[in-house]
Amino acid sequence: MPILEVKDIRKSFGSTEVLKGISFSLEKGQVVSVIGSSGSGKTTLLRCLNFLETPDGGSIAVNGETIFDAADPAARREADIRRNRLHFGLVFQSFNLFPQYTALENVTLARKMLAKEEADYRDRKKELFAAIEDDARRLLARMGLADRMDNYPHQLSGGQQQRVAIARALALRPDILCFDEPTSALDPELTQEVLRVIRQLADDETTMVIVTHEMAFARDVSSRVIFMDGGVVVEEGDPHQVIDAPTQERTRRFLEGYSGKY
Amino acid sequence: MDQILQQMPIVLKALNVGFLQTLNLFFVTGLGAIPLGLVIAFGSMSRFKPLSILTRLVVWVVRGTPLMIQLLIIFYFPGMVLGSNIWGKGEAGRFLASAIAFIFNYACYFSEIYRGGIQSVPRGQQEAGLVLGMTKSQIFFKVTLLQVIKRIVPPMSNEVITLVKDTALARIIALQEIIWAGQSFLKGSHGIAGAIWPLFFTAVYYLIFNGIVTVLLGKLEKRLDYFR
Repeated sequence: MPILEVKDIRKSFGSTEVLKGISFSLEKGQVVSVIGSSGSGKTTLLRCLNFLETPDGGSIAVNGETIFDAADPAARREADIRRNRLHFGLVFQSFNLFPQYTALENVTLARKMLAKEEADYRDRKKELFAAIEDDARRLLARMGLADRMDNYPHQLSGGQQQRVAIARALALRPDILCFDEPTSALDPELTQEVLRVIRQLADDETTMVIVTHEMAFARDVSSRVIFMDGGVVVEEGDPHQVIDAPTQERTRRFLEGYSGKY
Repeated sequence: MDQILQQMPIVLKALNVGFLQTLNLFFVTGLGAIPLGLVIAFGSMSRFKPLSILTRLVVWVVRGTPLMIQLLIIFYFPGMVLGSNIWGKGEAGRFLASAIAFIFNYACYFSEIYRGGIQSVPRGQQEAGLVLGMTKSQIFFKVTLLQVIKRIVPPMSNEVITLVKDTALARIIALQEIIWAGQSFLKGSHGIAGAIWPLFFTAVYYLIFNGIVTVLLGKLEKRLDYFR
C-alpha cells in the first residue's frame, strides 16, 4: 500500500487553472522529485498537500486513509485540516524560521503546543517538555548544528537556517516531508551543505517529495522524478530515464536549459 | 523674581494636583486604547466586508476630525441636544467624558499602527505555523505578536508622546488638569492673580514626563533588539 496517494488534484486561482489533475503515489521510504519550470504548478502541488491551499478537486490518501476529498465538504473542517497537516512536513524556500526564537526553540515550539492537547499534560509537563527538547537537540545535532542550538536565526547563515527548518519539520515526525525549492535562496556552497543533509535523510529512508531545480541532486537522490508543465504531469519515471533520456519533447526542451550544469 | 520665588510653593502645589489629573487621563487612555485599538484593527482587517468598511469609515472620521471637537461633542451632545447628561456632575463627569473621547480617538490611531504592523509580518510566518499544526490563535500569540510589537514600538512611541501633550485638550471642557491649574493663577486663585508664569511653567512638567516616557520606550525598543 502506498504511503501517499494523490488523485486528480485540481486547483484554480480565479480563472487560471494551475493544477489540471495531478495524480501520483509514493511508497514508504521513497523520494520523489518534482521538476519543471516556474509556474508549472510544482509549488502549488506541495501547498495543496500541506493544505496551505485547498484543492478544488481530487483526493489525498495517506496510509490508505483518505484525508482529503474535494467532493466531501466535511474534509474542509479546520480542526481536521490541522490534524491532517501533521502527516506532512514542509520546508520552505525562504526558511520561515521564527526570528524571536533560538534554533532549539524553533524546533520545540510546535511540539510543545501539541503536547498541551495530551490528556496527562498537567501532570507530566516537565517530563514531556524534557523529552521534546532532547529530541530537538538530537535532530539539530544530526543536522550538524550541535553548537548552534542557542543562536537566533539572524545569527545563522542561510544554509544553517534551512537546516534548522528541516529539523523543525522533522520534529513532528511527519509521514511525508516536503521540500519547496529548499536551496533556491542559497549560494552554491550553502546549497551543497543543505543537499548533503537531505541526501542523508534519503539514505535513512525518509519519505520525501522534493520540488527542486537541482537536477544532479534530483537524479542521484530520487526514487522517481516527475516533470510537470502547465499544471499537468508530462513525464514520470526512473530519475536517470527522465533526466538523462526524456521521452517527451517538452521535458527535453526544459532540460536543455540545464545542459552541462549537472 | 522675588515674587515668583514667593509664589512658587503655592503654585507648584496647585500644578501638582493638576498634573495628577493629567496623568490619570494619560494612563486611563493608554489602558483603554491599547487593547481597543487591537479590536478595531481586527475589525478593519475583517474578511466580513460590511464590518471592515464600517470600521474603516469610523476610523476615517475619528482621525479626520480634531480631537477637540470630539471632546466637545461627546461632552455636550448628550446633555444639551438629547437632554440627558449621561456623564454625571462635576469633575468626575468631565473626566469620564474626556476618557471616553481620548480612548476612542487614540484607539483609532493605534488600530492603524497595529494593522500596519500585523500586515508587515511575512505571510510565511503564519504558513510555517500552520504546517507545524499550530492553531491560528497559537500562531498569533506565539509567533506573530512579538514580531508585531517589535515593529510598532517606534510609531507607538510617537503616539504616546503626542498623547502626553494632547491631554491638555481636555482643558476645553474644563477638566482640571495641569493647564487648567496653571491658567487659574491668571484670573486669581490661592491668593495669586494676574500671574502668567505658572501657565508657562506647566511646559516643564510635560517636558520632564515625556523625557521619562522616551527613556522607557527606548529601553523597550532595545529589549526587543535581540531578534530581527
